[in-house]
Order: sequence, then structure tokens, then C-alpha cells
Amino acid sequence: MTITKTQVVQWLEKCAAVVAANKAYLTELDSPIGDADHGTNIARGFAAVVAKASTVADNDIGQLCKVTGMTLMSAVGGASGLLYGNFFLRAAVVANGKTELSAEELLHLLEAGQEGIVQRGRAVVGDKTMIDAWTPALAALRTAITAGQSLPTAVAACVAAAETGMKSTIPLQARKGRASYLGERSIGHQDPGATSTHLILNALLETVDGG
Amino acid sequence: MVGLVLVSHSALLAEGVQQVVAQMVQGRVPVALAGGAAHAEEPIGTDPVRVLAAIEAVYSDDGVLILMDLGSAIMSAEAAMELLAPEQQAHIYLCEAP
Repeated sequence: MTITKTQVVQWLEKCAAVVAANKAYLTELDSPIGDADHGTNIARGFAAVVAKASTVADNDIGQLCKVTGMTLMSAVGGASGLLYGNFFLRAAVVANGKTELSAEELLHLLEAGQEGIVQRGRAVVGDKTMIDAWTPALAALRTAITAGQSLPTAVAACVAAAETGMKSTIPLQARKGRASYLGERSIGHQDPGATSTHLILNALLETVDGG
Repeated sequence: MVGLVLVSHSALLAEGVQQVVAQMVQGRVPVALAGGAAHAEEPIGTDPVRVLAAIEAVYSDDGVLILMDLGSAIMSAEAAMELLAPEQQAHIYLCEAP
């Protein structure tokens, strides 16, 4: 199964829809341990991406990712825009010139994107950030694809691992970001960035499931 | 002359710091601001495009010193630096003070 450029656009549209629908929830998560703007920021960012996507409709997936990355970096205004923005800029390099992606190429794209998040934010697993969702999610995706599972099955495993990773942030003490200033008070709260990561990967699952 | 770029989540905060700086440099040092984000409904934030514009406004081969307030200001500054030519990047310094 391949992912077409049209499906990548669909994924971005689903991302915009799901973060908009969960805007209040994401902001609520960001209130006790942050600056109470994650939902609003990320919704604005992806809305701007969808608006821009139509202007690069004729270009390849790499161009689409690059525009997405640059748009998120400016339109979001907070750390998540810079992190997700660099995700898509790194993904753009892998997808340069491509109009469709095999399962392996999608995996490489997402892994390159994760490296972009790590390069920008320098978080490791256990810091109570989106990396606590991305790392297990992409490990599960790699395992499933290597085992020859279908793309929808592999992405479902990826989403399940992202959910587990997201929930694993609850008992952690934050070592990055605004939450890190709260010390022990950050314990007991789910990280908003890991939450939006789960939503974004679930949107990818809906896309590859043909939904 | 080394240029100064002030990156803040708040445009007001950047302007305030500039006022304090102005008393000391008295026009001898070029200072550019990259404060706040360009969104009417949420002006608090940082924008690497603004940081890049600020760097370019005061750039010389003597270098640019960037001061930042919180986490994502650092990420914005790093993202802006990556958009510069490598030979210019070598003259940009992200300052941990104050």
C-alpha cells in the first residue's frame, strides 16, 4: 500500500480538524503545567497549514511538508510550532520529489520528523514531553512494518503505543519546557504535547484506513 | 560593531529591555527586536521569522549577540539561525545571560 500526496493532504486536514475539536481539552491540559495555550496555538497552526496546502497542491510531498513546517513555525507562536515545524521540515527532506510513499518511506519520513523534534527540543524519553509519545509510537511502527504487517495494522499499533506513551507522562516530573519550572507540581498531569501527538497519529490512522 | 537582538515572548518586554539597553549603548550598538508573535488573538509567543528579520537588520561580520527570555525563544532563535548562510551562522551567538 502506498500513501499518495492526496492522502498526505487528507492527513493534514484531519490533523486540523482533530486539534480544533480538542482545542479546549489541550489548553486545559496546558493550564496547570504550562501557559494554557497549547490547544489554541496548535489549532491556529494547523488551520493555517490547511489554508496553505491548497497553494502547493501541485507540488510533491516534500514541498507539502516543507510548507507545513514553515507555516507551523510561524503560525503557532509557541514551542509546539517549532517542534512540529521542524518535524515537517525534516520530513520534507525524506519526501523530496516524491508523490507517493511506500510503508518504509512513510516510516523513514516519520522517523526523520522525530529526529527534527529531538534536534530542536533536545528532549529524551522520560522528560514528560511529546517525545514520550513519539518514541514508542515509531518503535511500534518500525516493528510492525518490518514484520510485514499491512500499513493500517502497523499504524494502528503505532497509535496504540502513542496512547500508552501519552499516558506514561502523567506520573513524570517535567524536565523540559514551561512545566519544568513547576518541579514536582508537574507530576499527576498528562503532557499536552504528547496528547496532541496521539491525536495527530490517530488522524494518520484514519487516513490510511481510508476514512 | 556587534549587533544585539532581543527575543521575547512579549513585544512590550522586548521594548522595555531595549529602553534599558539604550541608556547604556547610547546609539553605538545596533539593536533589533523580535518580541511577540504576529497573531492578533494571541500576541504572546515567538516567531523565528521575526528573529531572522532582526538578525538581518543588525548583522555584520563583527557578529550578532542574541538574548532570549524563555524556552521557545531559544528554539525560535536556533530555527532562525538555521535559515542563514553557514558563514553568517558562525558569527551569531546565543547568549545565556541574563
